[in-house]
Order: sequence, then C-alpha cells, then structure tokens
Amino acid sequence: MFLTISTTGTPERPATDLGFLLHKHPDRAQTFSTSHGIAHVLYPEASAERCTAALLLEVDPVALVRRGKGKGRGGAPDAALAQYVNDRPYAASSLLAVALSTVFKSALRGVCKALPERAAEPLPLRIELPAVPARGGADLVRGLFEPLGWTTVDARPVALDETFPAWGDSRYVTLVLEGELRLADALRQLYVLLPVLDDAKHYWVAPDEVEKLLRAGDGWLADHPERRLITSRYLTRRWGLTREATERLELVRLAEADDVGVEAIDNAVEDPAPDEETEETAKVERTVSLAEQRRDAILTALRDAGAASVLDLGCGQGQLVQALLKDVRFTRVVGVDVSVRALTVAARRLKVERMSERQAERVALMQGSLTYTDKRLKGYDAAVLSEVIEHLDLPRLPALEHAVFGTARPATVVVTTPNVEYNVRWETLPAGHVRHRDHRFEWTRAEFRAWASRVASLHGYAVRHLPVGPDDPEVGPPTQMAVFTVADSAKTTTVKEEKAA
Amino acid sequence: MTDNMTDNETTGTDETRTLPVTDLSLVVLIGATGSGKSTFARAHFKPTEVISSDFCRGLVADDENDQSASGDAFDVLHYIAGKRLAAGRRTVVDATNVQPESRRQLVRLAREHDVLPIAIVLDLPEAVCAERNAVRPDRAGMPRHVIKRHQRELRRSLRGLEREGFRKVHILRGVEEVERAEVVTERRYNDLTHLTGPFDIIGDIHGCRSELDTLLSRLGYADGDGAHPEGRTAVFVGDLVDRGPDSPGVLRRVMRMVGAGNALCVPGNHENKLGRWLKGRKVQLTHGLAETVEQLGKEDDAFREEVRAFIDGLVSHYVLDGGKLVVCHAGLPEKYHGRTSGRVRSHALYGDTTGETDEFGLPVRYPWAEDYRGRAAVVYGHTPVPNTSWINNTICLDTGAVFGGRMTALRWPERELVDVPAERVWYEPAKPLHTAAPGSREGRPLDLADVHGRRVVETRHMGRLAVREENAAAALEVMSRFAVDPRLLAYLPPTMAPTATSREDGFLEHPAEAFAQYRDDGVARVVCEEKHMGSRAVALVCRDAAVARERFGIGGTDAGAVAVTGTGTGTGTDGRGGAPTGALHTRTGRPFFDDPAVTEEILGRLRTAIGAAGLWDELETDWLLLDAELMPWSLKATGLLRTQYAAVGAAAGAAFPAVTSALEAAVGRGVDVGALLTGQRERAADATAFTEAYRRYCWETDGLEGVRLAPFQILAVRGRSLASVPHDRQLAWLDRLTEHDPTGLLQVTRRLVVDTADEASVRSGVDWWLEMTGRGGEGMVVKPLQALARDAKGRLVQPGIKVRGREYLRIIYGPEYTRPENLERLRGRFLGHKRSLALREYALGLEALDRLAGDEPLWRVHEAVFAVLALESEPVDPRL
Repeated sequence: MFLTISTTGTPERPATDLGFLLHKHPDRAQTFSTSHGIAHVLYPEASAERCTAALLLEVDPVALVRRGKGKGRGGAPDAALAQYVNDRPYAASSLLAVALSTVFKSALRGVCKALPERAAEPLPLRIELPAVPARGGADLVRGLFEPLGWTTVDARPVALDETFPAWGDSRYVTLVLEGELRLADALRQLYVLLPVLDDAKHYWVAPDEVEKLLRAGDGWLADHPERRLITSRYLTRRWGLTREATERLELVRLAEADDVGVEAIDNAVEDPAPDEETEETAKVERTVSLAEQRRDAILTALRDAGAASVLDLGCGQGQLVQALLKDVRFTRVVGVDVSVRALTVAARRLKVERMSERQAERVALMQGSLTYTDKRLKGYDAAVLSEVIEHLDLPRLPALEHAVFGTARPATVVVTTPNVEYNVRWETLPAGHVRHRDHRFEWTRAEFRAWASRVASLHGYAVRHLPVGPDDPEVGPPTQMAVFTVADSAKTTTVKEEKAA
Repeated sequence: MTDNMTDNETTGTDETRTLPVTDLSLVVLIGATGSGKSTFARAHFKPTEVISSDFCRGLVADDENDQSASGDAFDVLHYIAGKRLAAGRRTVVDATNVQPESRRQLVRLAREHDVLPIAIVLDLPEAVCAERNAVRPDRAGMPRHVIKRHQRELRRSLRGLEREGFRKVHILRGVEEVERAEVVTERRYNDLTHLTGPFDIIGDIHGCRSELDTLLSRLGYADGDGAHPEGRTAVFVGDLVDRGPDSPGVLRRVMRMVGAGNALCVPGNHENKLGRWLKGRKVQLTHGLAETVEQLGKEDDAFREEVRAFIDGLVSHYVLDGGKLVVCHAGLPEKYHGRTSGRVRSHALYGDTTGETDEFGLPVRYPWAEDYRGRAAVVYGHTPVPNTSWINNTICLDTGAVFGGRMTALRWPERELVDVPAERVWYEPAKPLHTAAPGSREGRPLDLADVHGRRVVETRHMGRLAVREENAAAALEVMSRFAVDPRLLAYLPPTMAPTATSREDGFLEHPAEAFAQYRDDGVARVVCEEKHMGSRAVALVCRDAAVARERFGIGGTDAGAVAVTGTGTGTGTDGRGGAPTGALHTRTGRPFFDDPAVTEEILGRLRTAIGAAGLWDELETDWLLLDAELMPWSLKATGLLRTQYAAVGAAAGAAFPAVTSALEAAVGRGVDVGALLTGQRERAADATAFTEAYRRYCWETDGLEGVRLAPFQILAVRGRSLASVPHDRQLAWLDRLTEHDPTGLLQVTRRLVVDTADEASVRSGVDWWLEMTGRGGEGMVVKPLQALARDAKGRLVQPGIKVRGREYLRIIYGPEYTRPENLERLRGRFLGHKRSLALREYALGLEALDRLAGDEPLWRVHEAVFAVLALESEPVDPRL
C-alpha cells in the first residue's frame, strides 16, 4: 500500500519545504513501526521545482491472520473472516490511513514549527494512490473528493484480470488528486475517506472513533454533501460488522466449503446499512408502505377468522410478530424462521428478555424449517406465510404444503406473495427482474390461484383471494393474498362405525 | 382376553406362595406403616427397581418422616417412576398406598406408559406393625391410631382393587404368607423376542380360503397342521374373516396351524367384532360380518365355541426376533411395542384415526407410519393398498385379496414379498384402492425432530458421533433454503485433512509426510490421485426417470407444483422440463447449476457413458452415485474470484509498478533504499506468481462447452455401498466410463501406486508430485489403495490425505507465503482438529451410503447426510 504526495515550487518557495511540513527529511529514508507493519517514508524526487514524498506500508499478511487464534480451529471470530489472500498488503485501505496518521501526526494537525505560515496556506498538491479499494466505484470517489476543492479527481478503475476481460473491473481505482489545499486538510481527508471508501471488514475498532472522526473532519465534513454516508460507513457499519462476525460463523464456514461468499447463503436478513442492492429493493418495494399494508391485511384476515393463537412462519425480523402482540386478541404468537440471525434480530426488536412474564408467555421465537414436518407447530388457530413461499425452490414447495397444510393443519392459513404482473408498475425495476434477489419465483395472479386451489383441494381447505395494495385494473395489486380455511371437517361418525371399517 | 388375568385367591397351603409379576409393570405395594413393605421390596426386587416415598421425602425435605413434604415427595416419586416406565423398566412403588386416591394416581401413571399395574398387598396384624415401628428410632413415636387408620383403609380397599384397574392383585395375609411368598417374573404375552423364525407374515385374508391355500403352499406349508419342512412359522396379521366366501374355512386352517405351533396369529378388528358377536353382544352385521355369521350358521356349536375361545385368546401384537420385528393388525408406533394397555390394543386393532371421515364415509386414518422412527420393522395389514412398500421400516401387507387384489406374504428375515392374485372380486370395495404410501410423495416424511438440535448419530464405523446444536442450526438453514431435495441428496463428501507439515526448504506440504503417515498406520500400498482444481460435485445418475421415481420417489406422480410453472418471471424455473433423473450437487448440497436442463444434460452424458461402458449390467444396478470434481473452478467460484483472488491480484498489479518506480527514482537520487527496492521487487514477483496460480484454474465456458467432470469414485449402486472397493478397481471402472464418453465432458484422473515401505517407490511418488505441481497442477490426494483401512489398533485411518502443490498454496496462504520468514510461521499449524473432523465426516458419509444401499428409510439416510453438513460448520482452520 502506497501513496505519494507531490508539490511544486520556486526557488523562493522551494518544493522541498514539503519535507518540513511532513517533518521528514527529503534526503533520508525513514522507517516507522506501526501496528500493522513497517512504514517507510522516502522521496523519489526532491528539487525546488518539484518534490515528492512516498509512504510505503509493508503489511504483514501472516500476522494479520494469526493474531489471537485458536489452535487449528480457525482462530478468533474475526480471524475466520481474515484470509492470507488479502488485499491489505497492496491496497490503500484503512490500514494505510492508520499509518498516515501515525507517521505524519504533526502534519495532520497542521503543526510546523519551522514553517508555520506554509502549513497554514494552500499548496499545489498532487496525491497519487495506485490502488484504492472503492466500494461504490469511481463515481463515489469523485463524489467524495470533488466537493473538497480538488481541481482534478482522476479515478480510473483497475481491471480485475486482463486475461479475463469478461470479469470486468475490480473494486480498486487508481486515484490522482490535484488541487491547491492545505496539506493538513488533504491528509485528514485521506485519513477519513480511505476507510470510508474501503468500507470493508476492519481489524481495529476503537471506542473513541466518534471523536477521531470529529477531529479529522473538522472544517470539511460538516458541509460535505455525502456527510451521512461518510459518518455511517465510518462508524455504524464497522460496529455492525463486528457483531455480525460473531453471529454467523457457522454459515461462513459452510459458504467457504462451497467456495462462495457468505452473503450468498446468509441473506435472510436485510443489511440495515445503505447498500446498493437493498437500496434498490427499498425503492422497488417502497418497503414501508407496502409492508404495512400487507401487515394490516394479514391482521384483518386473522381477526376475521377469530384466531387467538398464531404462527408466523418465516417471521424474519419479527415485524408481524410485533404487530400481533399489540392486539390482545392474539393470546399466543409464535415466530418461526430458519435463519438464526433473523431470529436474533427479531428477539432484539421485540426485547423479549425485557418483557414481563405475562407478555413473554404470549410470544415465542424458534428456529424451524418448513420443508420438514414439525410437531411443535400443531394445534394453532392460524398460520401466516407472508412473503415466504417465493423464497423456496418450486420443487421444494410440496414439502412446505405437506408440513403446513397436511401436518400442522391450522384452521386458517394466510399466504401472501408478490404479484409478478404488477412488476411493470415499479419504474425502478428492470424488466424481467424479481423484486428480491432471493426470490426463486414470482407468480401471476392466475398462477397463484391455480396453486392455491390445488393445495386447498388436496388438503381439505377452502380458499379466498384478496388484493393487498392498490388493485390496478390491468395488472392487479402489488401483493396477492390467499386465506385458506379448513373445510367443515369431521362429520364425526360413531366410534363403532369407525372401528368396524 | 388372555392378558387380563388376576389371581385373587390364595393358592397352595404351606409351600411357597408364587406371585407372578410381569416383567414390565408398575408394582404397587400396599400396606400400613410397619407392615414390612421395604423389607419385602428388598427381598424380591432389584434395589434400583424400588422407589420409596420415604426416600423421596428425604430428597425434598431432608427428613424421611416429614409428612408436610408428602406432596412434593410424591411428585418426585411419580416423576422417577414415569421416567423408568417410559424407558421400559419395571418399577416398584414402596409407599403405604392405602388410600384409593394415591392408588388412582399410580394406575393412571401405569396407563400413561401402557404397562400393567400390579398390586401386592401386605395385610399384617396391627400388633406386628406397631411392634416393628417401635424398634425404629425414627418411628417409635408414631401414634398407634395411625396404624389403625391405615389398617382400616386397607381393609376397605381390598375388594375393589381390580375395579380400580389393577390387572394382578396379590394379597398376602399374615407374617407367614409374606415370608413364604416368592415373586416370579413373567414375560408379557406379546413378548416373543426369543422366537427367531424364520417367519412368513401373511396379510389380510377376509375369508379368501382358496387364495390362502395357494399362498401357503407357495410358501411351502403342508396341508393340515401346516408344518413347514424348513421349520418356518406363519404369522397372520388378522382380519381372517368377513366379506369373503369361506371365513370358517380360513379359521379352521389358521386355528389348526396355531394349535400345532406352526403359526402365530394376532387379531384384526374383524375378529374382534366377530368375537363380540359370538359372546352374544349386540353388534351391527355390517362390513361383511353378515356373510361370516351366515357361513358360521352352517357350522356346529362346538366349532363356534372353538372360534370364540381362539379369538378370546389372541394377543394384540407380537414382538419377535430379538425385538427386530413387530407384527400387529393395524400398525403400532414404537412407544407401544411390547406394551400392554387398552389403547395399545386399540391401536393394534384399528390404527389411529383423525376423527374425520372421507368422502366415502370411511374414517380418515392418521399416517402413523410417517412418524415412525423405530428400529424394529413393523409389519401390519388393515388398510388395503394396491402395492406394498416400505415406509420408515414399516410395511402394510393388505393388498385387498377380497376386493380382487392380491394376498401378500413377507418372508422374514429375507424381506422378500410373495403374493398370489385374487381369483375374483369377492366383495366390492367401498372406495377404490389408493396408494396411501406417504414415503413416496412430496419429500415426506422427514421431520424436523430427525435433524434439529443436538444429536447423536450411530455409525457402523465410528460409533456414536455427536452434532452440536449450533452446527445443526446452520446446517438446517442451508439444507432448507439451498439444498436439493433430500430424496436426491444421498451423500455429502467429507472434508479432507492435508499432509503433516513439511520441514523441507521452501515447502509447506510435501508428499514424504503423507507416505510416512500411511506407513505408520500400517497401510502398505497407497494410490496417489491427481487433484483436480475445480469444485467438488456429487452426481446421482438414474437409468431413467422411472428409476428416479421408483427408487428415490422423485418426480412423476408428485402431486406437487406441476400445474404451476412460474412463467411470470422467467426466473421461476420449475425444474420440471421433464422429470428429474438424478442430481448434481455441491459439497453443501446445493444444485450445481441453476438451470435444471444443464444438470439433466450432464446426467444424460453420464448415463450414456455408463451404458456404453456396460456398467449398469456389471454393477447390477439402475442408479449410480458418483463423487467427482467439476471444472473449471471459475464456474462456481466466480464470486470469490472477483471479490478475493483476482481482486488481490489486481490491487497488487496496480500498486507495485508505482512502488518500484518510486524506489528506483529514490535510489537514483542516492537515497539508501536499495534493499527495500529488492524486497519490493520480490514481493511483486510473488504477486505475479499468485495471479498465475489462480489463472490456471479459470477458463471461459459456454454452456457445457469447456466444462469438465473428473469422477474419482463410484460411491454406491443399488443394494451396495462401493466405498470399500479398492481404488484401482474404482479407477478402472471410471477409466472405462471416460473412454465411453464421446462428448469430452469426462476427464481421467491420473494416478500412481506407491509402496509406502519401498524407498524407491516413495521417491517415484515424490517425483511424480514434483513434476505435476511443477507444471501448475493443484497437487494430489494419497489414499489407501484398499480404500477403507484401519490401523493396528483398529481405528479408521484417513481415507485420503491431500498434498497441495507449492504454487497452488499461494491461493491458500497468500502470495508471499513462500518467503522463509512466512513459511516458518505458517508451519505452526495444528492438524489435530481437522483430522478428527475428516474422520468423523468420513464415518458419517460411509454411514449414509450404507443406509442408502440398505434401502433404509429416507430419514435415516438424511440424518447422516445432515450430520456431515453440520460438522462442516464446525470451527476449523479454513486453510487446512
């Protein structure tokens, strides 16, 4: 990981003043030991006209991984996420930012006893970073630096591998910044924005991050148009990741076994942080309003059915469970999900541990799977499958039908699923795309009806269909809902007859 | 019926007084304080069989005589007794039990666990009791009126004990009778575990005399008393009578065989009803009883009396052959096996009903067999089915002979079916016979309880293997959301340990250690197999869709989502472009290709090659399970390549030119960074080597163009696990398979056999590896040639040890791992846990294959497969 800082000058104001400002002599190479490796400062050129200081941080990748590990078990939680194959030794990441602040500590604060007036005034600066990890790409890089007074922000994407052009660009950009800025400002911007662009798993989490951010952002962060993104990425995301890392290690390992990223299988809970994909989903679904309408429709159906005990199958983060608990008619509410992480989030949302005993008795959250029959799910008045079936591969759907309608057999089953016909009404959704990347299918109204009536007749239920959301005359509502009611059963014959047959 | 016997009258005079006590029962001692119950219990029962209320009082209150603690003490007593009875252990309750309420609770407890309640009463004179209490310091102060009250209550109880539900009542009057008493343990009537057969179990007959005769003679039974030349025993599952043309004839034949000891018979619901009619009870002459009554009318009274006695003596179910076989009429869940209660009898006779009736007015039967998880095979009849099939180790033999179907017998232990067709339709069925076989439809009957939570899986090769709760939870998530249908998921490959770390200069792994390890394990010959760098793939190939349907119950008759195709999105591929003929999945059970058509294309090519190579016939099978590697790596690992491997290469590629040119310029200025420059150039070279390393395993594909599959083991075929077939034979089969693939999909696995004790041979193995990895090969896997091997102590040895190439390991340990200072640190790796995990997963994989080959129930196979997946989520150094 590497960066160079250049400036130009005249015989009266020589470029080599840069050495004073950085507190590093241009004719000597110096090394510093930092927490993640050895930092070198040297000057490839140093004349009155032009002076360039280079900072090279040699990161020790082996030490990164082996920090605090358990014998042969993959180490501490964060070590399981750490890899020997790691971009840290090459890319200008948060580690470089830390080195920057260590090596150029005084410069960062704008302190220069030798040339205080030069430290206080703008210099012609050129900063080059050959490999900046930039989540959000060159556009975001420009969006972050351009408002800060740089005249040139040249961010060129680096190809992943030129022998495989089809793979496209990597997440790195080669960045050149040019402009007249105070050196201290430039360094402080880098100190904050490099980790923000990196937005990766961090190896350090300090409790005083907020203060550090305020200090480093003094004078430029407050008015930055991307201030929210900068602070959220710099602070919250980092904490989230640390917590997450300890919560899904088993899935990390299963993903590794298959050579895929953990995101591929641990996607039951939407990432709360701003994120390209979820932003897209949010726009598409206008999540809040449609989700609320869906909950209202489900609650109405459950009240109409007179249900007191309710299963929320595929409860996710527990929004519906929470809504159900607000109505005392529902005396028993059980949220079931296959994702342990979703259940953890749900428990946090419901504050189960802080509930009174009476309240706690009404609610339970448990891991379960709808492709297996489950005796614990028997004996409830109603079950809700809200936006669940489309997350199952179609060939596995009969297993769910058997588990819910055949075995658990609640008197009422409420099923909601997207109406694919409505997708043309979402302006932001590209044609032919599903609304969520994990949707294995999305049905037309006719398809849903065909499925519902087959399931109903197979398992002895009656079914009626209701729209959720604005019912478009052409393409129907955004969400379709089916309410199944167990058919008038048990024309109970006499025991004698029964036994004789 | 016979299990309903009591002896109320005293037998014998001055000899031993025999008290028969059933081996599984709840024995309730009844007697006043001081009557000697504890002494009696000690004398006649095992100490652990006896629970005394005094002891329980002590447990909860530190004082055996604290009467205020009685409520809690009895809760504890009932709890312990309940646990023992649930586990099938006889239990003796040592308490006064003189009050009806206390006995009522115990009778209820016995019924809850379907065991017989037995009462033993010690009725001793008050003076004796008082005298005995007087010598016990803790009871010396007990007022006399307590004994009096006990005595009074006891006397009042005596006559009503049978009415209270006790099935045997033994009353011992006076000191002498107590002293002469001897408890004799009796088997339960249904416990015939000592009979090992062989048996022929015969399904519902319903008066079809002629078909019965044909079937019995097919099975080799003599006319008349039905002796079998090979000493076989016929077992009738009941419903001998009603509907058919000659119920008396059937009864006569069966009664004679049973009487001669050549047959056993359990009652069906029709015998039960006939029995009540014969006793003069009022019953409706429906469901074919009228025919029987009419036929019996032509018989004499003596015969009718004989039938009545025969039916009265029938035992509702039998446990046979060391507990491996249970026979009854309508099926029986495991917790009822060998138990004795009204509801056990009722289930055995009628099965379980949901209380609903179907459109034909017949009761809806609860599919108890779907839930069945017992180890004993349950053979039954009662529900006519068009075809018999095993479901969770249960089978229904009622193939509707009287309705024009067939009469079926099961040979045990051979598990072969023998049947004869009905000569005609003797009786019109109320509804068409339909298949109620749940195992074949919709992935049933897998239950969450088969996999959820902490579990222990019993394996043949490594004993009991535990799965922790958090690992099961992770596996459940992946299995439910991403894996292929469990019916097609017969196996998951175990993880593999690398070779012991090498000290060789520049190497982290080297074959020498692998050979040495096997030599130390006593494995003389090993095979080195080229390791293909791709993604692990398991292929289940059926000869055609019909086999997939019949053997694996997938596709075809699925009542499933056929009607709905998800055409709305184009992404909702339904996987039913035709019925599936197998599966191709990854090491965590995910389908390899999103598009089922691609999977089918690969399966089709495999099928063609298998056929052309003659392997269907040679292996006598119509399905095959293959372990293989699918290439290129980039096909499945694109995501990881983009975010990790290629990304690191890209970052290094962008950074180093700038670094070196800056350093060169500085050196040019005379700054002392020469050494730094050299170091950075070396690092740049390492990074380039890294990029070259992963590139070797990536290439563009188009459809199946460019895709390669290298099979290296045939895991199982019909009826057989091939996991212990030596690898040279395995590879010979697979070479033929590859030869017969005209499409270029299949790829040979190169191999070399090495003698671990022969230095020259070992050297040639090392050279082979050096040569192969020098050309960019991933490395090799060393396996015992005999496949399944054990060391001198009888422990399983590793089924394979991977030895990865020096360049390949850059992908694992990073571009710069070969630098001496890095290698030295990396050598401190710990293999113990990985090796243990590899062996456990191996044993579970073998278990899954054995269960699959043995046609065991789906849940049994799934249990082992699921456990492999769960173990894969255990913490282990991911680089090993």
